[in-house]
Amino acid sequence: MPELGKYATAVVSAWGVSLAALAVLIGLSWVQSRRARRELEAAEARLRSRKEAKNGRDD
Amino acid sequence: MSLSSRMNKFWEFANPVKFMAWTGKVLPWVAGAAAVALGTGLIWGFFFTPEAEGFGSTVKIIYVHVPAATMAINIWAMMLVASLIWLVRRHHVSALAARAAAAVGLTMTVIALITGMIWGEPMWGTWWAWDPRLTSFLVLFLFYLGYMALWAAVENPDTAADLTSVLCIVGSVFAVLSRYAVNFWNQGLHQGASLSLDKEEHVADVFWQPLVISLVGFGLLFVALLLMRTRTEIRRRRIHALEMRERMIDA
Repeated sequence: MPELGKYATAVVSAWGVSLAALAVLIGLSWVQSRRARRELEAAEARLRSRKEAKNGRDD
Repeated sequence: MSLSSRMNKFWEFANPVKFMAWTGKVLPWVAGAAAVALGTGLIWGFFFTPEAEGFGSTVKIIYVHVPAATMAINIWAMMLVASLIWLVRRHHVSALAARAAAAVGLTMTVIALITGMIWGEPMWGTWWAWDPRLTSFLVLFLFYLGYMALWAAVENPDTAADLTSVLCIVGSVFAVLSRYAVNFWNQGLHQGASLSLDKEEHVADVFWQPLVISLVGFGLLFVALLLMRTRTEIRRRRIHALEMRERMIDA
């Protein structure tokens, strides 16, 4: 840890806020990305099975 | 190859299927480069730079404050370009990219405002002043909030893209003001650019080098997040389309 002198609180809090905000942004983007991918796969599977069921009824 | 066929080739990258394909390959590399540049710049800036005369150790705040403030303004500029492409060429990916960038821009604006306030208290003796640059940055923050709220409030995605694009054009005035307020009014507490081609204006080399690397890191982080978030927006749009199709099958 470098010697920050009388401004230690200001420097550490500025860096803390910045890194925390970046971490939340990256984490949130990652979680949203994974959720969207999962939901898209589920929606595609659901649509496929519905189409197959409809085709089965038509036959 | 003629210019128009070259342009057509360029626009093919904005096709959602092709966009998902090429960004899937590029994203890990951009994210890795961002991690390396950010790690290098921030560690160098925090641990291996001296105190500055008159500023003490608070000079270390510039490694997060300056890149965040720069990105806050440039992200709005990117959103403006994407919005104009949407309005002129109706490329859905460009509208979704603008939407995806907004949350990153908002975060950068918040970091710039908060770190600026934390720095201002010991240096200027106040957390906040209605200085031209600080005020225009606060208005830019409000524009980011308004832009995101408008996207969320309008159900029809094309209408939302139209309205937010117009809002983005209007907000660009404040993005420009945020950058040039110090030069326009030549008053207030905020100093001039830390990074400038003018040797007398920008910071000393010992601070400048890690600052440039941090800036590159923030830029690459933005590109990585933009690609990731635009891919999420495209997937959400596709989910919405599939749900509509499901309803038609049921009907």
